[in-house]
Amino acid sequence: MSDMYGEKVMDHFKNPRNLGEIEDADGIGTVGNPNCGDVMKIYIRVESRKSKVEKPEEFIADIKFQTLGCGAAIASSSIATELVKGKSIEEALQLSSKQIAAEMGKFPPAKYHCSILAEEGIRSAIEDYRKKISKS
Amino acid sequence: MKKIYLDNAATTPTDPSVLNAMLPYFSDKFGNASSVHLFGQEARGAVDNSRHAIGKFLNCKSTEIIFTSGGSESDNLAIKGVIEASEVNKPHVITSAFEHHAVLDTIKELESDGKIEASYIKPNREGIVEVSNIEAAIKENTVLVSAMYVNNEIGTVQPIRSIGQMLEKKNKGRKNRIYFHTDAVQSAEYFDMNVDTLHVDLLTMSAHKIYGPKGIGLLYIRTGVSIKHQIVGGGQEYKKRAGTENVAGIIGFAAAVSVIASEAKQSQDGIATAPGLAMTRLRDKLIDGLLEIPDSFLNGSREHRSPANANISFMNAEGEAILLNLDMEDIAASTGSACTSGSLAPSHVLISMGKKPQECHGSIRFTLGRGTTEKEIDRVIEVLPPIIEKLRKMSPFK
Repeated sequence: MSDMYGEKVMDHFKNPRNLGEIEDADGIGTVGNPNCGDVMKIYIRVESRKSKVEKPEEFIADIKFQTLGCGAAIASSSIATELVKGKSIEEALQLSSKQIAAEMGKFPPAKYHCSILAEEGIRSAIEDYRKKISKS
Repeated sequence: MKKIYLDNAATTPTDPSVLNAMLPYFSDKFGNASSVHLFGQEARGAVDNSRHAIGKFLNCKSTEIIFTSGGSESDNLAIKGVIEASEVNKPHVITSAFEHHAVLDTIKELESDGKIEASYIKPNREGIVEVSNIEAAIKENTVLVSAMYVNNEIGTVQPIRSIGQMLEKKNKGRKNRIYFHTDAVQSAEYFDMNVDTLHVDLLTMSAHKIYGPKGIGLLYIRTGVSIKHQIVGGGQEYKKRAGTENVAGIIGFAAAVSVIASEAKQSQDGIATAPGLAMTRLRDKLIDGLLEIPDSFLNGSREHRSPANANISFMNAEGEAILLNLDMEDIAASTGSACTSGSLAPSHVLISMGKKPQECHGSIRFTLGRGTTEKEIDRVIEVLPPIIEKLRKMSPFK
């Protein structure tokens, strides 16, 4: 059965990176719904660092996920969180499902929606963070 | 550790005795059963003997058996054949909402093409279709009822005999007869297949579900049932299904049936067979062992259930992820999760029983076979709880 997935998906499925939750996270995004079977919850901690350009930039200092879903959903969450960890918020918002899918390698085409879910999860966590700081 | 195969409802390994019976009919006795010379007659004789043996098993005449390429073709022939031969204007078909797609989608297609009216009877929460609900759906233009014998996903046994008896009574006062078809692909191993006891007019069987080869099935058609052929050509199978006979397949089919017939000792109620009772014990051990896992439940009636089937849902764990983990432990099963369906919709069988989608995604079907051992069942019971626990820890729901 693992033939349907490439090595990278299986590796992240077996040993997911950034699994878990962040207490007092700066932003939390939940996407998907139990009806369709896949639910992803992404937690981010945002910090500021000096930038090459003038203003200090905000970046994703830590990111964690929890996913209820199939092998591809778990692997795409793990791979996507790895891709944006340490990246500036602006860079993280650029992450596309296409990039996540390319990074995942071999998986069945019917599972492409898992990479879309991962992209949306990260975006949703960042939006939640921005909403919170605009209120404070 | 040996690989553990618990997906026998998908397919079974060909029995060595079946394979041995088939082998001469590839390169040695290779004749076309329609040829008049001795090569052909050798094949013809073997096909006739096989048809006769299967006829005995089903308690029907040889001439009532039409060999096909398998269960799907038989279902298509039964439904389309009856509809196309019917003289009723816009005939009505009754079926259950949780049939195999070979039945369900055939009927849906005829319906959307405007050729028939159709009623889809939902099973109750136990996964049993109630006779009274079928009876209530009968209309003046009803020409066919198609109901499966044993559900392929949840293994529940349908009251085929009672439906057949009810229809027989109804038919007495009717202008146009209602034919009764059952897809018995999942029942041949353990349940009564006597077409008279069952009161059926049409019955589908497939060889590869009963330790025979893939690519061969049959449709039993009771004498007098008018049916339109779907494949036209050389006039084989009493002009009901053209095409050179799959001689080796037919031999294998009969050999597979003879294994069941020789092993089967009908119990008093004529339903459970001796091998079935032994398997029921293993199945119950598996069900009880897995229901120890919190937030898990059995799908479908336990009482009216195939000895081979254990279908259990685990909340907050997704079926494909469970299967992948089982696969890594060399255990093969299947799931009703959306994620493996291609259509991304959860099992139509579980939904038809009134289950919520989130109750379907974590459903796992284990189907036992002749080779299943108690040790293998113990292994599954040992391996699965930590898999479910691991996946639940990954889930955002607690």
